[in-house]
Amino acid sequence: MSDIAGRGARDAGREGPGARDAGREGRGARDAGREARVGVAPSAPRTPDPAPRLLSVEGLNTVFDLRGGTAPAVIDVSFHVNAGETLCLVGESGSGKSVTALSILRLVQRPGRIASGSVLFNGRDLLTVSEREMQHVRGAEIALIFQEPMTALNPVFTIGDQIEETLIVHGEARGRAARERAIELLGAVSIPEPDRRVRDYPHQLSGGLRQRALIAMALACKPSVLIADEPTTALDVTIQAQILDLLRDLKKRFGLALLLITHDLGVVAEMADRVAVMYAGRIVEEAPVRELFQNPRHPYTQGLLASIPGGARGSRLAAIQGTVPPLGHLPPGCPFAPRCPRRFEPCDTAVPGVTVIEDRGARPEARKTESRTSDLGPRTSDLGHTTRCYLYSPAVEPEVLPEAPMKKSR
Amino acid sequence: MPLLEVRHLVKEFSRRRGIFGATSVVKAVDDVSFTVERGETFGLVGESGSGKTTTGRCILRLIEPSSGDVVFDGKDVLTLSRGELRRARRDMQIVFQDPYSSLNPRMRVGDIVEEPLVIHRLGSKAERRARVRELFDLVGLNPDHLERHPHEFSGGQRQRIGLARALALNPSFIIADEPVSALDVSVQAQVVNLLMDLQQRLTLTYLFIAHDLRLVEHICSRVAVMYLGKIVEMGETARLFATPQHPYTRALLSAIPVPDPDAPRQRIVLDPNSFNRAAPLREIAAGHYAAT
Ligand SMILES: Nc1ncnc2c1ncn2[C@@H]1O[C@H](COP(=O)(O)OP(=O)(O)OP(=O)(O)O)[C@@H](O)[C@H]1O
Ligand SMILES: Nc1ncnc2c1ncn2[C@@H]1O[C@H](COP(=O)(O)OP(=O)(O)O)[C@@H](O)[C@H]1O
Ligand code: SF4
Ligand SMILES: [Mg+2]
Ligand SMILES: [Mg+2]
Repeated sequence: MSDIAGRGARDAGREGPGARDAGREGRGARDAGREARVGVAPSAPRTPDPAPRLLSVEGLNTVFDLRGGTAPAVIDVSFHVNAGETLCLVGESGSGKSVTALSILRLVQRPGRIASGSVLFNGRDLLTVSEREMQHVRGAEIALIFQEPMTALNPVFTIGDQIEETLIVHGEARGRAARERAIELLGAVSIPEPDRRVRDYPHQLSGGLRQRALIAMALACKPSVLIADEPTTALDVTIQAQILDLLRDLKKRFGLALLLITHDLGVVAEMADRVAVMYAGRIVEEAPVRELFQNPRHPYTQGLLASIPGGARGSRLAAIQGTVPPLGHLPPGCPFAPRCPRRFEPCDTAVPGVTVIEDRGARPEARKTESRTSDLGPRTSDLGHTTRCYLYSPAVEPEVLPEAPMKKSR
Repeated sequence: MPLLEVRHLVKEFSRRRGIFGATSVVKAVDDVSFTVERGETFGLVGESGSGKTTTGRCILRLIEPSSGDVVFDGKDVLTLSRGELRRARRDMQIVFQDPYSSLNPRMRVGDIVEEPLVIHRLGSKAERRARVRELFDLVGLNPDHLERHPHEFSGGQRQRIGLARALALNPSFIIADEPVSALDVSVQAQVVNLLMDLQQRLTLTYLFIAHDLRLVEHICSRVAVMYLGKIVEMGETARLFATPQHPYTRALLSAIPVPDPDAPRQRIVLDPNSFNRAAPLREIAAGHYAAT
């Protein structure tokens, strides 16, 4: 494991003065703008120097050009992940989680395309860097693991070959050293007898071991961000528990920023520091994990939490009626309105804007004025608990232009 | 008399390692016995590959068991002739795990639901059509959508189509093999509520195969835990969840992610050498069995 641990030096380099200042300057400017618009200081006193924002998605819009027209799949999505932190992205299937993950790495395929937004990583906007630079980012800086490990592994090469290949392509190691590192990596993800398993083909591994091999491959070049798209959905609970423990351990040991996509609220409760709830392409609520479970505000989040099996045996479960609107069929107004049990007059008029919810726990005296609102625009990820719902404010989403052409990459 | 009695069920698959390799025999189901009472929901849980689906398929004789007995409603299913088996199958249906691949994508959903009626030559065309509309209504689908194809429906709706098809012949017993695992929690709740409603209205008995232990705890009266082809523990759901006896059951229950960030987590890791795999099931308390 010594070699993985050696990332420290590399990270120090990565966070060198240049990169860090650039990042901070950008942030400062944004914050200033926000404060001016809010008019009041956000509820919780902001820590003077928050944990470094490693990855920051801002106002992302990704669309699909379909025969019937252009349909938005990711709308005005903003969030960030810090080093050593786990952000869980939750929501029903079809809500845009995977497209968000693919957009971050610029892997969205036609007819999909990123229409606007930025993905700030180490002081760069990944949506504007060259494809060549992006290739380096994909393998070595931001790793992505998918739900189905079998499709991500090549069946005709041993897992050892595949890890070595990654190492060689990114100039990390070659020859004997690459093989040794592959074995080390398999050991790091707790694959038993790694020196023997390194010669196994993917089909010779169980689902859980395959997912571990994939994680080992993802970690080969010491990325600082790991995006895991439903990494345990296809696995048994016992294996899932092991993989989650492994991810938690890797995050701690290497200070990884983890963007974990899941639809299992049990997994969220176990893993998340913060949670972003996605519905029909938008983030409709974001909060620190405890706050979200104790004090969910958006009717969709409340519905998701209520539908977890529980209560007396045989009692009816609280289902959310209806389904996620299909791509290109967003209702007018609040996208959740057709399924919302608390829908009222304004809900069909326009899309609700982002509202900051006061942190009740931290400021008991604030309970009288529970929520405070304003048109914060999309950049809300530092504001603690936010939601988009007219129950908490009449704020309307400012007109966004998902059609604005994206800056052309060099 | 229980509706279903499974005794010493064994299913072996032979597998060959490579082209020239020796064949090896896998006991996918290894001496499984249990009973399901009329009107109850009996849960079958266990890790992937533990033999749950194989058990279900053997009961319906979708695959032939290697040995054992299956007695359904007083009849020995394994000795029925083809004709008798066909008749018996009207009463026993299965809903599959995957709502995406279990429906023929080229067929219209109305035809999918009607098919069992056609196979069993029941009713006139008009009567069958009326029955299909009735079934659509029963499972909460719009009867005006009979002409559509499966891809035009969401996962939850496809699972309802599978259920409508299973209900077409008015069965008394349904094997639900992971009927909601592929669905989101919110939609899962809709389908689970529907399963519970239908059970009440049509006095159905379910064998409910599932991964999700929270769900099993919610809907099953009794549950059997499978591990490597064997039942290692069985009993009343509430009791088994409260006082699990077998090391595998304990590990399994401790692995369920609890949807509460403050819940204490004490993961129990299974040590496969910590117990005797050949230990027989024995009754450790009234109705609670464990292979310890
Ligand atoms: N047709 C077959 N040929 C060979 N082996 C088989 C066959 N069908 C199942 N098996 C094996 O039998 C065992 C039990 O499989 P089964 O499908 O019953 O598991 P399960 O408990 O339903 O798992 P899951 O939770 O993944 O659905 C496994 O080892 C499987 O690989
Ligand atoms: N290649 C594609 N072509 C057309 N639509 C797509 C494509 N990929 C995703 N979509 C659509 O984009 C929306 C978001 O999908 P996705 O991000 O995969 O959801 P999630 O990961 O939350 O389940 C869905 O409506 C989905 O149907
Ligand atoms: S804005 Fe209206 S419809 Fe939308 S979630 Fe809030 S109450 Fe429901
Ligand atoms: Mg997805
Ligand atoms: Mg199965």
